[in-house]
Amino acid sequence: MSRVRIPPTLRAETGGRVEVEAEGSSVRDLLDDLTARFPALRGQIEHANVYVDRQDIRTLDGLDTALAENSEVILLPAMAGGV
Amino acid sequence: MGVVPLTKPQRVLPRPAQGPAALGDRTEDAIFLKPMPSYRELLQQVKSEIDEVDAAHAARLLGDDDPPLFLDVREQDEWDEGHIPGALHIPRGNLESRIEGAAPDRERPVVVYCAVGSRSAFATKTLEELGYTSVVNLAGGYTDWKRNGFATQLSRALEPDQRRRYSRHLLIPEVGEEGQLRLLDARILLIGAGGLGSPAALYLAAAGVGTIGIVDDDVVDESNLQRQVVHSTERLGEPKAESAKRTIESLNADVHVKIFRERLTSENVDRILGEGWDVIVDGADNFPTRYLLNDASVWHGLPVVHGSIFRFEGQVTVLKPGDGPCYRCLFPQPPPPELAPSCAEGGVLGVLPGIIGSIQASEALKLALGIGEPLVGRLLLVDALSTSFTEVHLRRDPACPVCGESPTITEYIDYVEFCQAARTQV
Repeated sequence: MSRVRIPPTLRAETGGRVEVEAEGSSVRDLLDDLTARFPALRGQIEHANVYVDRQDIRTLDGLDTALAENSEVILLPAMAGGV
Repeated sequence: MGVVPLTKPQRVLPRPAQGPAALGDRTEDAIFLKPMPSYRELLQQVKSEIDEVDAAHAARLLGDDDPPLFLDVREQDEWDEGHIPGALHIPRGNLESRIEGAAPDRERPVVVYCAVGSRSAFATKTLEELGYTSVVNLAGGYTDWKRNGFATQLSRALEPDQRRRYSRHLLIPEVGEEGQLRLLDARILLIGAGGLGSPAALYLAAAGVGTIGIVDDDVVDESNLQRQVVHSTERLGEPKAESAKRTIESLNADVHVKIFRERLTSENVDRILGEGWDVIVDGADNFPTRYLLNDASVWHGLPVVHGSIFRFEGQVTVLKPGDGPCYRCLFPQPPPPELAPSCAEGGVLGVLPGIIGSIQASEALKLALGIGEPLVGRLLLVDALSTSFTEVHLRRDPACPVCGESPTITEYIDYVEFCQAARTQV
């Protein structure tokens, strides 16, 4: 089980939850499990950067990046607000 | 009313004439019995215990690839009239308290000088006592140095009122007078005088950044005042750039404010960015401006302190062309319009831009001063609700469409604004 940090711009899709749990041995599996739990995220998280234990998965193995027990995953879409 | 007579406490000093017998067996007081050394004797004594170099030798050292630290221990007015180039200035009276902060490496060779080599002789001895291992005194001091025709540097000095205003900066070794003069010469451009731009403008102005540019085409609205602290109720309806300029000028007359009452577009971006800025603070509120600014700053080679906010959360990073990633390394393209978060449901805790904008100001000052470790290659995520600060690592993308090895974007793109409400909400 990994802890996934939901960005503030996508919390409407997770019922306001800041952090959710999802299962998967790779980032791809984890995101599949996440969208199964929160279908509204589908089509959104594809535009988010994914960080596993603070590292951008693009510098790791991308969607194939392996997840350890207790991996910390952060989803981060672009955020424009400066208001 | 009784008057308490003020009596000076009498110090009883053993008089040498009394001789040892008068003091009985208090032998530890024997030191007082020796005739006090005169200044000249003390100086000679100290000089015999330290190493000295003459001006010619010191000039050769200064020309080395890795020159020693030249330390000027004279008073401020003497320093202002000229000093050895690159020297560090700590007046003799502040030496013990300030040297460790300014020169933490005790192994680094030091050449100490004053006007003629006397005060610096004592300073040399003091540094040795503080554990500095390789200290020499410049015999003949700055006077001899100048007489031999070696290079000098005239310092542009702060005015007395500036010395008072920026005194808390002058006390920091990393800033000091040299750094403050650097700030007064610095030019920082703010994109937006809204939530993020407000605290940034105020702190940069207070810090004495000599020129602040402000790009904003909006006017002050009542809904802005919950967080945009550079404006005020009496400025409602006024252009934000004008309002910010007035606030800055009343805070610090040292600051010259250049305003651009326009929205950054592909038409004006080269003109605005081309005005010799050192750092850009991005407090924009929309994707088109952020992407345009990113591409322009990469092509102009200008560092951008990026900040964004949403409700209780914010992000800050420093995008420094050549050194770290650009915004497109993170997000190559803006999200499709239909996925952009609805602006209407946005909102922000008023103090959040105060936190994020202040961090942006701090990063901008560090970049202008060339000190510390800016947030290059690191994205700081701030959550005010849980009061947590998290950092994720960013890296430069070799395939980045703008700053990568084979760029695919080579012209400005005016993306369509997909959330008009965002701007009126600013």
